[in-house]
Amino acid sequence: MTEHVEWSEPDSGAAPPAAAPVTPADTADAARLVAFGLQPKLQPARDQEYAELLRRYREDPPFARLADAVATGLGLVVLEVSPRAGMAVTAAEDSVFAVRMGDYARRTSADGGDRFLHGLAHLAIAAMAFPRPEDLADDGYIGRVSVNGVDTFVRQACRRLEERAEQHGDNTDPATDAPGLEAAWRIWVRRSATGATKDARRLAGSTTGIVGKAAAFLTDSGFLQRTGDDNGGTYRTTSRYQLQVRDMAGSAAMAELLELGVVPVTDGTPTLLPAQDTDDLDLAADAGLPFHSSRS
Amino acid sequence: MTSPAPTDRVPPQLSAGPRPAPGPAADEGLARRLRALACTAPLHDLDTRKANLAGEYSVYGMAEVALAAIDLVTLNMDFDTGADHDQIVARLIPRIAAQAPQRPVAEHERVARWVLENLINVGSVDRGFRAVYGTFTTDGSYVRRDYDFKLIEEVPGPGGTVYLRTTDEAVNVLVGALDTDVTSAQIAAEVKLEVLINRGRLADAQLAAEQARYRTVQYSESLRRALDATRRNVRAVDWLNAVPDMIAEALDHVADRYRHENAILTNIRKARDETEDAEHKRRAAELVDIVKDCIRRHTQLQSRLLEAGPLFRAEQDRQAFATPLASSGIDLYGHLLAPALPLPLEQAVHVTDAFFARGTGLRTPVSVRVSDLVDILLTPPVEREHLGAEMPEPDLIATPDDSRFSEEQLAAATELLDLPADAPRRLSGLLAEARRRDPDLPYLVALLAVHAASPPVGTAYRQGEEKLLFAVDDGTELDDPEFGGADLIVGTALLDAAGMAADRTEAA
Repeated sequence: MTEHVEWSEPDSGAAPPAAAPVTPADTADAARLVAFGLQPKLQPARDQEYAELLRRYREDPPFARLADAVATGLGLVVLEVSPRAGMAVTAAEDSVFAVRMGDYARRTSADGGDRFLHGLAHLAIAAMAFPRPEDLADDGYIGRVSVNGVDTFVRQACRRLEERAEQHGDNTDPATDAPGLEAAWRIWVRRSATGATKDARRLAGSTTGIVGKAAAFLTDSGFLQRTGDDNGGTYRTTSRYQLQVRDMAGSAAMAELLELGVVPVTDGTPTLLPAQDTDDLDLAADAGLPFHSSRS
Repeated sequence: MTSPAPTDRVPPQLSAGPRPAPGPAADEGLARRLRALACTAPLHDLDTRKANLAGEYSVYGMAEVALAAIDLVTLNMDFDTGADHDQIVARLIPRIAAQAPQRPVAEHERVARWVLENLINVGSVDRGFRAVYGTFTTDGSYVRRDYDFKLIEEVPGPGGTVYLRTTDEAVNVLVGALDTDVTSAQIAAEVKLEVLINRGRLADAQLAAEQARYRTVQYSESLRRALDATRRNVRAVDWLNAVPDMIAEALDHVADRYRHENAILTNIRKARDETEDAEHKRRAAELVDIVKDCIRRHTQLQSRLLEAGPLFRAEQDRQAFATPLASSGIDLYGHLLAPALPLPLEQAVHVTDAFFARGTGLRTPVSVRVSDLVDILLTPPVEREHLGAEMPEPDLIATPDDSRFSEEQLAAATELLDLPADAPRRLSGLLAEARRRDPDLPYLVALLAVHAASPPVGTAYRQGEEKLLFAVDDGTELDDPEFGGADLIVGTALLDAAGMAADRTEAA
């Protein structure tokens, strides 16, 4: 009755010939599927041809290998191929499709502070969208974020650090001649949250401006969908974003952190202690709120 | 005998003696005071820099305006929003006008905006201030440090608006040394207020009431932060002990204050109604307003407190009781964000860079062929449609002018009624004169005169008008062919515009 492709439906008709040689037409189809994957905002359910190719990918292993090879050759990493996420591909390192910080925002090469703020905005949006490890793991989970919410959330975390530093009696004011040694959270705190501008647009350099830019960029990447204008703009996540964060970004940042030797060093601090706990619930509970344990 | 001491003995003395400067512990108090001092610098700076403004601005006390601005913002900070920018400017103007009454209002407004913008420090990218001070580290070396602070910050409000809030630095240093325990300080202020009112010392009482209100605002602020954190993550806050305790305490506090302030209100109202002294009466009336405002804030606080419990339970259902899934790897907050924040900038940027590089997805690069390029370069630029779609030409229908009187008639009537202040006239005379000019005019004059029988005094007061038309009935009957009724005496009253302006300032 509809032309919609049902995945659960047992496929009866066109059982693909298993050992058929690869034809140029097959390659064209595989490349076509990768091309669909390069349009992240395209929904498989809305495009008959896309859905058909996805079905073929899942049911025809040689075709799947062919599509994978095309993607790899182009410098793409296949994250998942499924009806919900479509052909979820992302740029491999140094691929022509990769996003460079320098193209993303001005001032980022000269000023380490701005570079950090833009990167942190992306990390914070992800952390806010998937507050608990379960949320990141649950394929059905849809995260919701708002621009102002992300800013508040980072500021709150910074505030806890500030309070903790005060309790320790640390002087966190950075030395004048060594700005690179300033604690990272201070950069965010120092930047104004918003600001009045002459044309009533968001002040680009403010933290909400930076988060807003990140959210808009992620929307263009097909990772977020804008749902409203409240709180500086509200968004919900797509399954592609979940895959991207789970399989790519999270582990990459984690590796970087480990390389800095951070995890062993934070042994004594409360933040990561629950992470070593084997109980899943406890891990979810306390890892989400690093500040809490400082009082116990 | 006066020969200098051999210098070679000095260095061992120095190294053997105490360190060249007190250690960090002794230095900490100094650093704290230096930072407090730095918070006042932007205010002094205003008075220094006013000379650089185009025009003659030395009559204005900029530091005074700035402090008034900070007070206004602090008092107008509500739960959800901050103070409105334009409203603060509007409320500052009477004070600025009082400093230089002969200057135009536009200049007063410019001063208000200049002061406010400088308190926000619009020119800097952080919109804040930085002071440099030095401390000794544990090993005795001297380090210069940057202290960054803000006085008034801009926060996002509902619907994309921007509101103003005073920072803790501003409240602590500039509003008063308020970094004491909120609850106890409030009780102290209330007790003080009651005693003062009992003794009839209303001037001091007003001061104490205002202080109490500052504390109320501060109390609400700290509560708002706690509730916000709860909303974000139920486990971020200790819901077993700390928060229920805090809510119970705050509810007690609200109930207590509510009772207390209603008692005060009754007392002051009595004081206001009984006192003979006009000045006392006015002060008591102001005090009534302040206490009413306090009560309003308490009510607001209470409704938030009552919402807190259901909010927690709903969030708990959502966050904690969901079926635990086969858990996987990364907790973005606990594993990445939280550990990255305390790192020094040059290390933290590696982490955020890695996340950015893998977390932003892909962009399809633009590629052009040379033949296309030629076409592209030769194509004239498309007019940017920044104005949006073209509006259809509206189809206008001229509405017939059905006014009873024309503009000229109104002008004639106004001119006729523009009486000198010392020479009021009878309505009958005015009507006769009007009739000579235009047979329709008497109707308008009569209408205006009847209006003047109940002159809009309140409006004139608020708008600071200099004169006002009035009409009085002294019992004489009107003798006129067209109109009947009382032969009103119509005159012009001169109003004390400057006095009213000063009055408004004090009332504000």
